[in-house]
Amino acid sequence: MLILLFILIPLVGGLITLLLPASKASYTAIGISLLQFVVSLLTYTVYVKQLPGFDLHWNVNWIPSLGARFSLGLDKGDSLALMMLMLNALVFPIIFVSLLNKQPERKNVFYGLMLLAQAGLSGVFLAKDALLFYVCWEAALIPVYFLSSLYGGPRRIPVTFKFFVYTFAGSLLMLVAILLIYQQTPIHSFDWDSFVSVGRSMPASSQNWIFWLMFVAFAIKMPIFPFHTWQPDAYEESATPVTIVLSAIMVKMGLFAVVRWLMPVLPLGCERWMDWVTLLSVISIVYASCLALVQTNIKRIIAYSSIAHIGLMCASIFSHQLIGMQGSAIQMFNHGIIITGMWLLVAIVENRLHTQDIREMGGIAKLSPWFTVSLVVASLANIGFQMTNGFVGEFMMFNGLFKSTSPYHIVFTVFAGTGIIVGAAYTLNMIQKVAYGDVNANTSNFTELSINEKIGMGMILLLIVVLGFYPKLLMDLIYVDQVFQP
Amino acid sequence: MIQVAWLVPLFPLLGFLITGLGRNKLGALSGWIASFAVLASFLVSLGIFLEVQHLHGEGEEGTGASIIVPVYEYINSGTMTAQISFQIDALSSLFLLVITGIGFLIHIYSISYMSHDDGYGKFFAYLNLFIFSMLLLVMGANYVLMFVGWEGVGLCSYLLIGFWYKNTEYTNAAKKAFVMNRIGDLGFLIGILMLFSKFNTLNFTDLQAAISSGQISVGYLTAIALCFFIGATGKSAQIPLFTWLPDAMAGPTPVSALIHAATMVTAGIYMVTRSHFIYTLAPVAQQVILIIGLATALIAATIATMQNDIKKVLAYSTVSQLGFMFMALGAGAYVAAVFHVVTHAFFKALLFLGSGSVIHAMGGEQDIRKMGGLKSSMKITYLTFLIGCVAIAGIPPLSGFFSKDEILMSVFKLGQYGKIFWVLGMLAALMTAYYMFRLLFVTFHGEFRGTADQKHHLHESPALMTIPLVILALLSAFGGMLGLPAITGAPHLLEEFLEPVLKTSLVAHPMVNALSHNAEIVLMGLAVMIAIMGISMGWFYYKKYNADSEPKGLAKMAQGKWYFDEIYHAIIVKPLLVLSKFMERWIEKSGIDALVNGVGKLIQASGDRLRYLQSGLVGFYLFMMVLGIILLFALQIWIL
Repeated sequence: MLILLFILIPLVGGLITLLLPASKASYTAIGISLLQFVVSLLTYTVYVKQLPGFDLHWNVNWIPSLGARFSLGLDKGDSLALMMLMLNALVFPIIFVSLLNKQPERKNVFYGLMLLAQAGLSGVFLAKDALLFYVCWEAALIPVYFLSSLYGGPRRIPVTFKFFVYTFAGSLLMLVAILLIYQQTPIHSFDWDSFVSVGRSMPASSQNWIFWLMFVAFAIKMPIFPFHTWQPDAYEESATPVTIVLSAIMVKMGLFAVVRWLMPVLPLGCERWMDWVTLLSVISIVYASCLALVQTNIKRIIAYSSIAHIGLMCASIFSHQLIGMQGSAIQMFNHGIIITGMWLLVAIVENRLHTQDIREMGGIAKLSPWFTVSLVVASLANIGFQMTNGFVGEFMMFNGLFKSTSPYHIVFTVFAGTGIIVGAAYTLNMIQKVAYGDVNANTSNFTELSINEKIGMGMILLLIVVLGFYPKLLMDLIYVDQVFQP
Repeated sequence: MIQVAWLVPLFPLLGFLITGLGRNKLGALSGWIASFAVLASFLVSLGIFLEVQHLHGEGEEGTGASIIVPVYEYINSGTMTAQISFQIDALSSLFLLVITGIGFLIHIYSISYMSHDDGYGKFFAYLNLFIFSMLLLVMGANYVLMFVGWEGVGLCSYLLIGFWYKNTEYTNAAKKAFVMNRIGDLGFLIGILMLFSKFNTLNFTDLQAAISSGQISVGYLTAIALCFFIGATGKSAQIPLFTWLPDAMAGPTPVSALIHAATMVTAGIYMVTRSHFIYTLAPVAQQVILIIGLATALIAATIATMQNDIKKVLAYSTVSQLGFMFMALGAGAYVAAVFHVVTHAFFKALLFLGSGSVIHAMGGEQDIRKMGGLKSSMKITYLTFLIGCVAIAGIPPLSGFFSKDEILMSVFKLGQYGKIFWVLGMLAALMTAYYMFRLLFVTFHGEFRGTADQKHHLHESPALMTIPLVILALLSAFGGMLGLPAITGAPHLLEEFLEPVLKTSLVAHPMVNALSHNAEIVLMGLAVMIAIMGISMGWFYYKKYNADSEPKGLAKMAQGKWYFDEIYHAIIVKPLLVLSKFMERWIEKSGIDALVNGVGKLIQASGDRLRYLQSGLVGFYLFMMVLGIILLFALQIWIL
């Protein structure tokens, strides 16, 4: 029952919020998201301490004629899913609190849709049934389509359309793959276990091409070069809270799906294409880092940096080394925290200066120490700086990448490593342009952070530092597991 | 004391938190809080240092001379374990003393030097963080923790170089320092990855045991050693990554002293010494280090002879002296390298703080062409600066002579090319004496060449600044006693102290030729003569300095720093930016994006036609779903 709450709370809460008068929406949403957070903490404790008496499953008949079940669960080996649920439960209240002093129009619609997206995301991470997974995947996206076409910049309609085309094409491929495997199951079941046993028994020749149906779907979501061009546009044009949901959590759906639905189901396909996927990931890192270097729009800089970081996570998952996958899991969580901080800072700048162009900024260090300290800390975490939570995962990922059995593992590691250098260059460049230098006409009225912004940002900084010095809180999860999938 | 070694980094960390969070409320107090934090660390370090003496000889293979103090578990994933734990032995305890001792003097000095600055509290917070990071680097019992401190000092140097953030040139210098360091860091990281993938551990003691037992090919070790050395070239400013260090002069002068003397640049030396068990088995890597160190010592010295900014001269001098230390490491003379780290820390801190005192008196002027004749108005600064110059020039019995002589001697003894390296090293030593005394004469002798206003304002610095100068001058003068050469008959204290840690690597180098006592005395005599020659040249040319004529030819190139920056810009930075712009224009926008938008438009167009059958977005959605199912059946027929 505990586990069903992950979906029920935001789903029911979201529907209620939609119907509420606008004036009550924001605090209701905060309340609901905090409740969700409490549930996630409880689940964390149950999972890590392996407390008896709590059943972390929910499995009922859903569409009996198809053999589809409404099956949710957290088993041993699902620490990544739990981490993603924690992230999901953590990011929303932070967004909502930071948003309090700059409310969107039609608040009830905005908050309601956000909560519905959260419900969909919870489903993605919990589903143990392929059809349910597919439905949740789509259900998470639909509120986001609405959010990004209702709120955001002037080009939001064509950009949302592009986003839609990309993700829809991906979903279609995934559906085809799911149905293909489903056809092979002896008792026509979408159950994860039967998918694994059927997938594994497939000959390499079938795995090799079904792999691409799934992988492209997930690669679009991550995104990985060359499936990424929806992302900078979508991040730039969406309202910043929506961008946070996209970049902190939604892009992790792609990586998560690889770990849950691709690697265990099509192991031979994954091995066959391991070098190719790693190659694409490494290209992503280098290419996106270079592009970030020449951007002047702060949102695009962060968007490209995000592509580079996701590239490293994908590469290390495909290293087929446990340490790489563990590092990737830790980084997926930490990256979600860090990138939320980065976007909150962008929102703060945008609300005050009404520009995204870093050339029109400068001198903020003098006017707002809170902002500057946050910017420096979050940016450093974003480039995997030691003593922040960005380091441990990255370090483990590099170890995984280097340990990989691929004959090209050295070349891959070195090129992935250049991302560290270029990352430092564009990040420090951004800090310099935004915060240092002299105050100009545009920035002279920059006000210090408001109390709710301080709370939101403070939470992020706290997590960055605490998890940076004491990563054990996350280590415990993966230590309990030792494997990702049984 | 050793069991509470964690107190050493804890004090500066607390100092950082207190001064950082209270930077607007504490006022002048924050300088004192920060200083006492470092003093407390120094006292604990002293206790540790005294206890370490008794660790001699315990255990075998030199590893028993270390005590590991665990603090808490950092990484424990089943696939990797890394503790936050400190390794206390002779090597680390010596560095602890240097870092906290000199760090403390620099803190005290800064209380006065920075007293009028807006960012007073922030400055001390950064200084404490700097000391904290450096302590982690030195104390860490594994490469992970060393790497944490390694990047930590990189960050602190970034923050302090760009301390006056309103000046874009300064923040550029800060950025450059960080990025160049990161290039080196990548090398360091890859070295660590190579170690971990073979040994599944990153603890020094475990690695030393595993590597010494000879499980691993020399080629692999050489690769690791070279990767680590790339890291060292970044942090310790060697060719090719040295250009950030002179630019780092943008920070307040005490920061330069801290970076150049007590922390940061010695990190590379420490790391190589700590990894001695790798380098000793990788002679090719040692030769590379020797050659790079020598080249750096020479090139930086030529640049230093032509600079007119008081801090730039000292900066290039640091680069050059670090080159000497790497020569020692390359020759396998770890003790000599560490010895030079220590003496260099004394006199370079002295020289930087002295230059700060001069800059303070000149109201911020750093160009020595606009100084001159300062010795009469700044007696203490002048005398201490003179001691620093004599020490670095290598005149006995001041400290620099002994450490530099030991380095050159060890190079001389090396195989067939040793003598050539020795001659080139001597050339660098000659230039060292020359540029230091050029600096001294132009700054302190002759006529005053500044404005009348500055002349009126000239004064000796307050006691808080001069006391550290005097202490450092004493250390520079007598620090050489730590390592007297064998011919004096006195014991080499440092070697005896470090021996248990470096035991396995101190056995004679296979290519070393023994030297007779007489030959040693001749070499020493030559070294002194060279130093005197350099000083005389400085005296001859610059005793009565009057505005230089424009340098020409090679001299002009040396003044232009051999155009390293320009070359890097032309062959790396510029092409990277052009390539990035190209990719954005032709791959991102006209390539992938155009393709996707084309497909999108196609679908949109067909969607328009179908709008009569299905309405709106949801309909389109359903349509695609149906299409998918049809596709599926088609596929199934095709496969089965």
